[in-house]
Amino acid sequence: MLPADLFRAPGRPGGVKGVVTSSRRTTLGGLLTLVLFGASGGCDSARGGAPIEDGRLQGRIAITGSSTVAPLVGEIARRFEEEYPAVRIDVQTGGTSRGIADVRREIAEIGMVSRVLRPEEADLLNHAIAVDGIAFIVHSKNPVPALTHEEIVGIFTGETRRWSEVGGGDREITVVNKADGRATLELFLSHFELRGEEVRPSVIIGDNQQGIRTVATSPDAVAYVSIGTASFESSRGTAIRLLPVDGVDPTLEALRDGTYPLTRPLNLVSRADSNLLVEAFLAYAASAEVHDLVEAQYFVPPVE
Amino acid sequence: MSRQWSEHLLLWTLRGLAMVAGCIILLIGAFLAVESVPALREVGLGRFFSDTSWHPSGGVEAGSFNFAPMAAGTLAVTSGAVLLATPLGIGSALFCHFYAPRGLGVAFRRLVELLAGIPSVVYGIWGLVVLIPLIRQWQPPGQSLLAGILVLTIMILPTVALLTESSLRAVPRSYLQGAAALGLSRWATVWGVVLPAARSGIVTAVLLATGRAIGETMAVLMVMGNIVQVPTSVFDPVRALTANIALEMGYAMDAHRSALFVSGLMLLAMVVVLVAMSVWASERSRYA
Amino acid sequence: MPDPSVSPLPSLSEHRVDWPDRAVASLVWLVALLVTGSLLWIVGDLARHGAPELSWSFLTDSPRDAGRAGGILPVVVSTLMILGICLAVSLPMDVGTAIFLAEFTRTGGLLAHFVRRSLDVLAGVPSIVFGLFGNAFFSIYLGMGFSILSGGLTLACMVLPILIRSTEEGFRSVPDEYRKAAAALGLSQPATLWQILLPVATPGLVVGLILGVGRALAETAALLFTSGYVARMPSSVLDSGRTLSIHIYDLAMNVPGGESNAYTTALVLITLLLMINVLTFWIADRWLHRGITHR
Repeated sequence: MLPADLFRAPGRPGGVKGVVTSSRRTTLGGLLTLVLFGASGGCDSARGGAPIEDGRLQGRIAITGSSTVAPLVGEIARRFEEEYPAVRIDVQTGGTSRGIADVRREIAEIGMVSRVLRPEEADLLNHAIAVDGIAFIVHSKNPVPALTHEEIVGIFTGETRRWSEVGGGDREITVVNKADGRATLELFLSHFELRGEEVRPSVIIGDNQQGIRTVATSPDAVAYVSIGTASFESSRGTAIRLLPVDGVDPTLEALRDGTYPLTRPLNLVSRADSNLLVEAFLAYAASAEVHDLVEAQYFVPPVE
Repeated sequence: MSRQWSEHLLLWTLRGLAMVAGCIILLIGAFLAVESVPALREVGLGRFFSDTSWHPSGGVEAGSFNFAPMAAGTLAVTSGAVLLATPLGIGSALFCHFYAPRGLGVAFRRLVELLAGIPSVVYGIWGLVVLIPLIRQWQPPGQSLLAGILVLTIMILPTVALLTESSLRAVPRSYLQGAAALGLSRWATVWGVVLPAARSGIVTAVLLATGRAIGETMAVLMVMGNIVQVPTSVFDPVRALTANIALEMGYAMDAHRSALFVSGLMLLAMVVVLVAMSVWASERSRYA
Repeated sequence: MPDPSVSPLPSLSEHRVDWPDRAVASLVWLVALLVTGSLLWIVGDLARHGAPELSWSFLTDSPRDAGRAGGILPVVVSTLMILGICLAVSLPMDVGTAIFLAEFTRTGGLLAHFVRRSLDVLAGVPSIVFGLFGNAFFSIYLGMGFSILSGGLTLACMVLPILIRSTEEGFRSVPDEYRKAAAALGLSQPATLWQILLPVATPGLVVGLILGVGRALAETAALLFTSGYVARMPSSVLDSGRTLSIHIYDLAMNVPGGESNAYTTALVLITLLLMINVLTFWIADRWLHRGITHR
């Protein structure tokens, strides 16, 4: 009785039938918007505005994307705002794919991307702001000294189930994997030549911080996260330890001279039709003026 | 302004507002349907249950779109929670109505109402910080179906308890007086007279609680580990359909995004069925 | 003594100690203890972890260091703004729809039937589905982006059934004599509504309002992809803003060492909800105990 009632208004423009057709933008949008919430079409103009007034930059930039890049961009944005007080920059995380998606959907002006852009993403403009790598982290009380390439593959595919098999205590390993759509996951998979289905995780995490938090609270966990974020957290006393991979310590030096095997660029992407304000910020973020901020976040400035 | 005219204006304004209020659910259904179309057309409903896994970001061809493990996760956590919460909820309702001294019964009811008002993130953080480490000591990793079931049980218990309690209250006094006149014991009265009389109210309560459990997002997201797999034990981490939407909505594009709307539509359909059943149950009792 | 032959129940034949009755009684007491215990556990845990950090400056500072330090002022402001938008939109619709349902369709009509049923369904829609809808409709289709406006409107759709149910109840509780008296005095319909019915029905409206605010304050999933989670002081309703519940989620899940401030924020939220709860009881009690003769 009820479901039938629910969808039995197809004669009216709001009915399900009328919506599926291509006329949805005019009929449904126009009519129901007007009926439901009055004219709220004025938002677009309010969001953009003129980027320059009296020779000063002003306006708002929304930035979303990779949680690896977010803390750095947050710092850069704060300094930029100090210089241009009429500018407001909001930074939100959600993963690289979200950054790209939001820029394309025009919900955000700039996307944060923690990997190399793919060929099919050539519609976006790329601005490298730093170099980062991926570190494997365990709880600081975990006695495991280091992991080799093969050991990592064994652990993440579920063949190695106990820490004792790789030189740790006799405890079951808790494998922490990144969620689908995260750049860190993609780099991890491609470096170890794994397919997503082969990884046998026991916990899935999104942001780097969430991975670090998970490892810091569970003594048997292993995760892979941004080197910058992990070093930053570990330097402030979070209970995690960064493991050497194939004998190389995940340090800034190893990143800089290229000896660490898992590295990636951190990028900002924008649409081709960005306004002056967005362009000014992008140029600022890629300039030498912010290299101290890049290093403070345990990343390496991009090579010119 | 003539009186008739103003009354007409009033009536039509009210009708208009009511119409808009009634159409919101249609608008929601319509939007979910429209956004689902690409996935339904390009991926097809069949693949949502026959693909090998859930790796939707590869796109229509390369990706795989199997909802089944997450539907199983939702089913497992919901049925576990409902199975636990139903006896506990009915017990709580009986306690406040028949077993507790009067003052205590009222106080207990307030307490359950308080429990009903606690936001799901707060249950989530409690599960994350208190419950998961406890389960981890027993069976690592701790993020598990069990944690989800326990947290959800506490969350939907008030729904069962409060709705059952109000249907117990609606049992006519004459029934109780009759039972007392027959000299029935308290339990005999409850089992033989009160519960049968309140049955449809209790059924409604359980159905609505089930709806709440299916739709719950934050708490299960925070405590269940979110691995896409069909659980084989209560200690396995699993992902519910709702948690999947919350996790992936932010970055999903194209077919992936559309697939999430399909799962939203599925959730909506489940709720519609549950609400319809509960309306049916309560209307049947009214005319019985 | 009852005659066993009349009884439909076997337990009646036991005249002395009724063991099943005893057993069930202790079981029911056990359930009550269990429920009370879990609530005390949760609330106690909250108070124990959250109270040490709670101070006036926690409410008046901005979050620093991803929320690990500092306070929650911008979060409180965003929460209030989202709540304000939610109520500004939902209240007029609530009052209009409730009056329509309670006063104009006493015998039931097609429209009333449709509105009631769809509100029933709306009340059961999972909050994450509201989030999907809000993201697709308000944020993208109407171009509001991640904004307080988009979050507030999404919440408005969500709390509407709660508001309407309670307000309608309020109108229905107005005794029919009032309407007859108004008709006898020759008052017009709008005047009757405005001057007679609305004041008497107000407590119902207020109870609904408070329940709705409680639901809105507790909401997280519907806001993740509509209002977003920027933890800065919003300068307009088109800014993204995070609510208290999103702040708790973010601190608990995404910030190592964020638990303590997550707990403190949760304590603030629970205290707010508790105050709202008490207020509801107070109004509902006064309303219930007030007889018709009193006015």
